[in-house]
Amino acid sequence: MDLRELYQDIIVDHNRSPRNFRVPEHYDRMADGFNPLCGDKLHVYLSVDDNRVTDVSFQGSGCAISVASASLMTEAVKGLTEQEARALFEDVHKALTGDEDAVDLERLGKLAAISGVRAFPSRVKCASLCWHTLTAALDQQDTAVSTE
Amino acid sequence: MNAASHNTLPLNSAVAETDFDVEAIRRDFPVLHQEINGHPLAYLDNAASSQRPQSVIDAVRYYEEHDHANVHRGVHTLSQRATDAYEGGREKIRAFINAESNQEIIYVRGATEAINLVAQSYGRSRMQAGDEIVITTMEHHSNIVPWQLLAEQTGVRLRVIPITRRGELELEAVDELLNERTRLLSVVYISNALGTINPVKTLIDKAHSRGIPVMLDAAQAAPHTRIDVQALDCDFLAMSGHKMYGPTGIGILYGKRSLLEAMPPYQGGGEMILAVNFERSVYNELPYKFEAGTPNISGAIGLGAAVDYLQAIGLERISRYEHKLLRYATEKLESIPELKIVGTAREKASVISFTIDGVHPHDLGTIVDSEGVAIRTGHHCAMPVMEFFGVPATARASFAFYNTTAEIDALANALQTALGVLR
Repeated sequence: MDLRELYQDIIVDHNRSPRNFRVPEHYDRMADGFNPLCGDKLHVYLSVDDNRVTDVSFQGSGCAISVASASLMTEAVKGLTEQEARALFEDVHKALTGDEDAVDLERLGKLAAISGVRAFPSRVKCASLCWHTLTAALDQQDTAVSTE
Repeated sequence: MNAASHNTLPLNSAVAETDFDVEAIRRDFPVLHQEINGHPLAYLDNAASSQRPQSVIDAVRYYEEHDHANVHRGVHTLSQRATDAYEGGREKIRAFINAESNQEIIYVRGATEAINLVAQSYGRSRMQAGDEIVITTMEHHSNIVPWQLLAEQTGVRLRVIPITRRGELELEAVDELLNERTRLLSVVYISNALGTINPVKTLIDKAHSRGIPVMLDAAQAAPHTRIDVQALDCDFLAMSGHKMYGPTGIGILYGKRSLLEAMPPYQGGGEMILAVNFERSVYNELPYKFEAGTPNISGAIGLGAAVDYLQAIGLERISRYEHKLLRYATEKLESIPELKIVGTAREKASVISFTIDGVHPHDLGTIVDSEGVAIRTGHHCAMPVMEFFGVPATARASFAFYNTTAEIDALANALQTALGVLR
């Protein structure tokens, strides 16, 4: 087991200095995510204009994997259409849960760094929490989502 | 602050106690002898579940291979053997906690079921809206949620004894909280999240002076300290087999006979009846009234063997050795400047909850595991405790009498690795 597979430099960097880590003054949609196993809580805020995500940010507390994953997600999703964002989650989910052949890691760009959790099944939910929360925000669900 | 105050012996020599041969004890626990991720396993998650000695494994296996049949039901030889072994376990447990009678020892699935049994049988039959149950801030969820369910059913009110920043009960608040509406005080003996050993005898005396019965959650206490239910004079006491070197899925509810006799059954079914017809059934005598259905026979036998094992070593020696481990570990962890211990009670069992600045407990758990060290990370089923200390989670190292100072060193080294990786 290689820790550096999980804690790649890019993960450590995004955990230390998470991007888009703020509550925006204006947003159109938001959702809360909660992982009851570890107590991680995330809030994802979206501005959506004409079916396109024009701004995305997050707040909350979590482990390095969950914070870095959320930070990387906000960078990747900004500018995408809602459909593109949902499709990206599908690719990320495949990358997280280990179907290595089914996903083109290169196409994921920086997000590929998070795929190291494949070797650590107990940590997959840390990486996917932000994406579930994003999906809930896209769906404009009012209630908190859970990884359970 | 906590360790320094009672650290009077030099560290290494203090642990190498002459009458406690930890290497010999370790040989009794097969699971300890393996490598995890290329490092010797350091199992420091005993408060979540402890490991089984060979004698427990053998007792369960012998039963499965030679004696299994249903208990209290057959006239054939195997049924008699199974019954003898099952009831033999009950007698061992009675002696272990010095209960007056075997009828006061109810086999349950674990401490959780024991508390649910008391809530649903004792609580539901005796309590009503306006009555109060007193618990503490440091309870495990298993001593919170059963009472909340009872509150929904009956309208009883749950009141909570606060704790201090050290993680000790605010005893001044107890006198105010125990009043004429209080129907039960239910308190954890040793906190799984903080390690605090509560002054249960004082609490019991306070409650009894007002005519209030007391339930003790002794899931963590049973493996660390000698329990004498008659000396404590507690009314109910809950234990879990797997926290005291026995199997999972078996535990004990102790209750004073007079209370148990007056309580309605918890579940209905076979074993708990003397006669059944469609008009009414006659309930069995204690303890069978509370043991509906075919029980966890092998679990009970394994728990009996675990009690034998603990008795052979002696709880007093175990407590002394574990206290030395606690002191060593406290000093070792306090020497890491970024580390903060959560729970610094003056009376503590060998449990250390901690946080490290800038490193989330979940990451700590994964990183120390990569060096073979098993610790718990999370809220430890005590979310109100986490909320009180303002943390979402902690890391927790909990020590058993088979742990060594070398394993504590391995933990400290692995924590340094975590700091190196993430800071």
